Amino acid sequence: MTIIDSVLNDFFWRALLGGLGIALVAGPLGCFVVWRRMAYFGDTLAHSALLGIALSFLFSLPLNLGVMIVCVVLALALVSLSRTRALATDTLLGILAHSALAIGLVVLSFMPHVRVDLTGLLFGDLLAMSRQDLLWIYLGAGIVILLLIKLWDGLLMSTIHEELARVEGVPVEKLRLVLMLMFSLVIAVAMKMVGVLLITALLIIPAATARRLARTPEHMVFLAIAFGCLAVGGGLTLSWYMDTPAGPSVVVTAFLAFLFTYGTTRKAA
Amino acid sequence: MTDPLVRLEKVSVRFDGRPAVQQVNLSVHRGDIFTIIGPNGAGKTTLIKALVGLQPVTEGSVERAPGLVIGYVPQQLQIEPTLPLHVGRFMSLSGQPEAECRRALERTGIGHLMASEIHHLSGGERQRLLLARALVRRPDLLVLDEPAQGVDINGQAALYNLIRQLRDELNCGVIMISHDLHLVMAATDKVICLNQHVCCSGFPADISHDPAFIDTFGHSVAESLAVYHHHHNHSHDLHGDVVSRRAAEPAAHGAHCNHDHH
Repeated sequence: MTIIDSVLNDFFWRALLGGLGIALVAGPLGCFVVWRRMAYFGDTLAHSALLGIALSFLFSLPLNLGVMIVCVVLALALVSLSRTRALATDTLLGILAHSALAIGLVVLSFMPHVRVDLTGLLFGDLLAMSRQDLLWIYLGAGIVILLLIKLWDGLLMSTIHEELARVEGVPVEKLRLVLMLMFSLVIAVAMKMVGVLLITALLIIPAATARRLARTPEHMVFLAIAFGCLAVGGGLTLSWYMDTPAGPSVVVTAFLAFLFTYGTTRKAA
Repeated sequence: MTDPLVRLEKVSVRFDGRPAVQQVNLSVHRGDIFTIIGPNGAGKTTLIKALVGLQPVTEGSVERAPGLVIGYVPQQLQIEPTLPLHVGRFMSLSGQPEAECRRALERTGIGHLMASEIHHLSGGERQRLLLARALVRRPDLLVLDEPAQGVDINGQAALYNLIRQLRDELNCGVIMISHDLHLVMAATDKVICLNQHVCCSGFPADISHDPAFIDTFGHSVAESLAVYHHHHNHSHDLHGDVVSRRAAEPAAHGAHCNHDHH
């Protein structure tokens, strides 16, 4: 126990463990973001997380829970609004993303007694990771990974061809809902690390990097996890030695890995 | 007669009040091959989407036999360039064992492409892949939305022949949409001419004489169809003119057909 204890007492190791836990689920979910062209959608959910924080303070809920609830409500609203086709999806997402962020900031300003580290929320505060945060991350990651394994074929089939999947009896709508819930969960826990403005980067960049080298969807998922872990490790190291902000350093490392991969490999056949 | 695989009764589909399909009755049995033809916007795709359950109907009923396995071949297979996927993995997602997948690919003539990336397949190869994907599930009913799209002219005839053979092997029903009138007629048992409602239906020889058909497709198409049919079953009269075997039987005619198509 003493070794584990001393590891967990060190803020650097806590940050690393938390970051790796997030990379573990950001890999597969990032692949779905890339495959389903949901990048802007992920951004919108992430922006709304700030509103979740504000509401948690207002109703004294745990922060993670507040963020999750707002993300889920917004995800459901997006799905039903995009069906009416009154506005183009990207317009709708643009409206909701920035409105949610702005409303969050306004609501927070109404509560002067609440001291929030806005920079930490927007850009992440990885080095302030607590033991409780670690518990949340690994609990969330465990749930997401179990769901992904159980629902993998159906999720993949409905991503490849939704109508074909539907005719073959895949519960497409239900799976879409589960995927949204998983996104909400990951955003709630990943916000701690890279902040609401950079979460999408953590989902997309490792997956896009993996695409270049992958032959099968599953292969791409494992590579995305590996690149995510590399980004977390590299970013934290950078932050440690150069005293740079941790969250942005992680994203910069991921980006460098992306550039390197695209610069040195030919497109996978 | 056995129960139909699928029965549509007075099916209508409207989008925002605009009719796409009106009052269609249709039953497909094992061994049937139906081809739906009709001009653009006639509701052909909407009709088969209603038939497989992708499109909710506004009125009427769609009854599918219990436990019915549908092999659906959608109009096209577009896969995101960001998704790495080869033919073998796409086939195995059907849940069937690898040997079955391989056999289905060989049956549609693309067994050698098992390891190929789907993004690199030609239009014709993709159609064959979709057909193999439908086939590997041993369907009771094969539903195809323009299966010969992107297939070259020689390939088209071969593809329609293959569909006909598959009908015999699997003892399934087939319903498909096609624009290749002359090819389809040779390989088709029954034709449904759709223009939102069923304009006319019946055997190729009959509907090529049907005023409703001529009204929709014009004389030249109807004549080429009749000529093709003549070539096909070699009936001549004394002057060498075409005689249809079924000329005496009038084609079944849609009850709502007033030839008054806007």
